[in-house]
Amino acid sequence: MMYDVLIAPFVEFEFMRRALAGVLTLALGGAPVGVFLMLRRMSLVGDAMAHAILPGAAIGFLLSGLNLIAMTVGGLIAGFTVAILAGLVARMTELKEDASLAAFYLFSLALGVTIVSIRGTNIDLLHVLFGNVLALDDQTLLAIAINATVTMIVLALIWRPLVMECVDPLFLRSVSRAGAPAHLAFLALVVINLVNGFHALGTLLAVGLMVLPAGIARFWARDISTMMMVAVAAAIVSGYAGLVLSFFTKVPPGPAIILVTAFVYLASLLFGPVSGLLRQMFPGRHLEA
Amino acid sequence: MGALTLRNVTLGYDRHPAVHHLSGEVTPGALLAVVGPNGAGKSTLFRGIVGMLKPLAGTISLHGANARDVAYLPQVADIDRSFPISVFDFVGMGLLRRTGLFGGIGRRERLAIEQALQAVGLTGFEARAIGTLSGGQMQRMLFARLLLQDARIIVLDEPFNAIDAKTSADLLDLVRRWHAEGRTVLAALHDIELVRATFPETLLLAREPVAWGDTADVLTTDNLATARRMCEAFDEHAAACIVDAPSSARAA
Repeated sequence: MMYDVLIAPFVEFEFMRRALAGVLTLALGGAPVGVFLMLRRMSLVGDAMAHAILPGAAIGFLLSGLNLIAMTVGGLIAGFTVAILAGLVARMTELKEDASLAAFYLFSLALGVTIVSIRGTNIDLLHVLFGNVLALDDQTLLAIAINATVTMIVLALIWRPLVMECVDPLFLRSVSRAGAPAHLAFLALVVINLVNGFHALGTLLAVGLMVLPAGIARFWARDISTMMMVAVAAAIVSGYAGLVLSFFTKVPPGPAIILVTAFVYLASLLFGPVSGLLRQMFPGRHLEA
Repeated sequence: MGALTLRNVTLGYDRHPAVHHLSGEVTPGALLAVVGPNGAGKSTLFRGIVGMLKPLAGTISLHGANARDVAYLPQVADIDRSFPISVFDFVGMGLLRRTGLFGGIGRRERLAIEQALQAVGLTGFEARAIGTLSGGQMQRMLFARLLLQDARIIVLDEPFNAIDAKTSADLLDLVRRWHAEGRTVLAALHDIELVRATFPETLLLAREPVAWGDTADVLTTDNLATARRMCEAFDEHAAACIVDAPSSARAA
């Protein structure tokens, strides 16, 4: 019985195995980036960036149809352009990053929807908006794996300046020049992982497997390393459970995965030992010292 | 040769000067208090010295040292106290110039961090999250990080604000220790009595230098009254300043 539900779908169907591989790889790269997004109070920036990659992916689609490599490259170019322009404007003018990013991503999103609707069918539009984790081909899986590997290596390299820029940006500026490059490299990682999530979950939900696991981790861990591990674990478990849910119901896989992740988030919000709601309502007797 | 030389320095924002025509030299190993009313330009001067603000005119010379070799404690720290990092790791940031961005924290570095925490009286706080510290403990932690920076020049912007007497006294001992070790220390302060008791040299600043020299000569009733009369507001329609000659402030 348990075997039939939890394992059999993946043994019987290749597209389920591919989907599982895709989701696991997404979790490894996306969740740690999501934790940094949360700690830098940039969770919504991630969401905005997800919309910003749309015109690039759409142009890739226009030029070569539903070719995932072309869409990836296009998405990366559009995402980098918006991220770097917004970052530069924030650093060089009085405008803060959120406002400058909002301006660029709205422009980008409008452009993207225009391009898709000029050429594509409604099915294409659905694919772009919601992705299709059950249709990952070899090339796309490989692209996702390469992106996740790059993410983990780069994150390890910029870890120290990134943490320092989160905690005490003024101090980092006073002792090192690494702050700005680390920030730009991090924005690049955000874009790479959004493009990754884009294939499986679409432009609307791509940020879900990054931001939600990070939120979950905050309720279970007090230091950043544990937070990373909890986030990755939460993303893997939710991704797997979402695929199973989607297999046995009529729920499409993208929304199923994000729904499960959101459910885990709600449970963490209630039961998490670090500032969870139940813990706050019933803190137990106060200590002696 | 001085540790720090200011030549006719004007620092400011959007062309309006906040520190106007300041010249002088800080000798190596000096213990210099910078005194003046709010808005006198103390913080602006320090931001200029650590290279965060480019002078509108004049030059600031560190004589070969890099602005990043100056340890700087800003008045308003921009620290995210909710960030999940321990006191130990936070203080360890002070070693950045020694370890670089990728160097490991080995036994020697751990020992150095432990000693810095002990020097500021925070032994036992290693694993605490920084968000759980009180204001005084926070300041002690920042001083521990300054200790680890091991800098020749240390710039402290109002380090004892909102700090109780015991903590101020402990931290002041560290400042004296730095002075005894021959480091150059600049501190912006409001407590005139503290300056008289501890700092041999004082710069009295009120947008323009009022006096610079031995503390006893600088902190006279007349000078303090002059500093208090300083005009704080920028004049939106001020004409371009054409004074090129250094002002009459005496170099220390």
